Amino acid sequence: MNTTPIALTPGPAIEIDHLVKIYKASRAVDDISFRIPRGSVAGLLGGNGAGKTTTIAMIMGLVRPTSGRVRVLDHAMPAESESVLGRINFESPYVDMPSRLTVRQNLSVFAGLYAVDDVRGRIAALAAEFDLGDFLDRPSGKLSSGQKTRVALAKALINSPELLLLDEPTASLDPDTADWIRARLETYRKTTGATILLASHNMLEVERLCDRVIFMKRGRIEDDDSPEAIMRRYKRETLEDVFLDVARGRGLAATP
Amino acid sequence: MTATRRSPGGRFAIAPHRVGAMVLRHWYLLTSSWPRLLELVYWPALQLITWGFSQNYISQNAGFFARAGGTFIGAVILWDILFRGQLGFSMSFLEEMWSRNLGNLMMSPLKVSEFVISLMVMSLIRLAIGVVPMTLLAVVFFGFNLYGLGFALVAFFCNLIFTSWSVGLISSGLVLRNGLGAEGLAWTLMFGLLPLTCVYYPVTVLPGWLQIVAWCLPPTYVFEGMRALLGDHAFRADLMVEALALNVLFLTVSIAVFAALLRSARIHGSLVQTGE
Repeated sequence: MNTTPIALTPGPAIEIDHLVKIYKASRAVDDISFRIPRGSVAGLLGGNGAGKTTTIAMIMGLVRPTSGRVRVLDHAMPAESESVLGRINFESPYVDMPSRLTVRQNLSVFAGLYAVDDVRGRIAALAAEFDLGDFLDRPSGKLSSGQKTRVALAKALINSPELLLLDEPTASLDPDTADWIRARLETYRKTTGATILLASHNMLEVERLCDRVIFMKRGRIEDDDSPEAIMRRYKRETLEDVFLDVARGRGLAATP
Repeated sequence: MTATRRSPGGRFAIAPHRVGAMVLRHWYLLTSSWPRLLELVYWPALQLITWGFSQNYISQNAGFFARAGGTFIGAVILWDILFRGQLGFSMSFLEEMWSRNLGNLMMSPLKVSEFVISLMVMSLIRLAIGVVPMTLLAVVFFGFNLYGLGFALVAFFCNLIFTSWSVGLISSGLVLRNGLGAEGLAWTLMFGLLPLTCVYYPVTVLPGWLQIVAWCLPPTYVFEGMRALLGDHAFRADLMVEALALNVLFLTVSIAVFAALLRSARIHGSLVQTGE
């Protein structure tokens, strides 16, 4: 893996200010604000429909906010997205890579889109890091779930992003593969100082990777702190118990 | 960090490496799938053979068809340039929807203008694969040499391909905004122009009020120009200039419509949910 640290600049990696997204009558995201400092790993947690994916989509510029402000790497999104998109990347189970193209072809195309200088070298390095060697020349559509996730992460790191947005990075993976993926993400963060924003339902993953968690429910932020502080506040041993408290409406007052 | 090349600055600058990457992506797809290649050649060839033999039969009766030899075959080939040009544009766009790759592209540094240019390049490549064999068949079976039209062919081709891109932009924008439920428009939208642009008959055949509509469409000028060339051996430069002026208007409007539909897709979250 590339180990050159990313040069830090003063502003936060992500700055969300009174962000609202309304689809017809439903408020998918309801006046949320937070800042993610550079070099940190933050988890965006919440049940289905909590607003995590919409929030990430607005950060990426895929969805236009109804109101509020999004700044990424000191640039307003989506107005200044051209200054940002080459420096960030993402992985999500809700998008695929063209299934008829081989893994090598797909990575070559994305290397071209991200203007990677040494395409062959970069693909070789990612193939070694994510153990893609056995199926580099196999069509992407013929890979197992675990292999697809590894390829998707290789694509997400093709431009060595300063900010990595991950939506359920280990969804539908067996525990061994999921653990392996988490180890790679930890290494990437430690060696480059990149910022990671992670949306996940997997509380073990969040506890292991994140130094901060933001709990969302019905489009609003329910809590925002380090995993340890939140568990202390809710008097719970695990984030999973806190998740259940938040999801089932058992607020701080009702916790044991 | 990995060294990445600097892209050209400015909001409207085009980065050739990104356009090239998108063309490469579609080239990989085409060359990995023989049914896709066959489909490009099969239908145009079938059209040509059917209409070519029909013309041979009809032209045995003297009169217009005997005088205007090749008019039907010319019309079939030029219509295919128009239709296949649009289909090549729209199909390349639909491939991104079918493969759920649009999110990856919209999240990458690829600009919308570069995406559109790559679709235009792919429309030319797909058109060449489908129409060049068709033109060769026309020479072999019917002695009709499209390339013998010389400069007129360049004028016909440019005007038709510009219209095909306009229709491709609008149909792709509708799919982008409304999801794959609107996919059928990509296949059928162009057929709305078939009766109005007078592909197989002169504009004078239409009722007066419909002639006004026909003259608002750039391909009408091309098909009239083709009949003038093959029937009267006269190249109507005036018709080509008028078609070009209309095409500039059509392309400007279609780019604005595509941009508006993309903006609407971002507002309604359609880029995240690209299904039906």
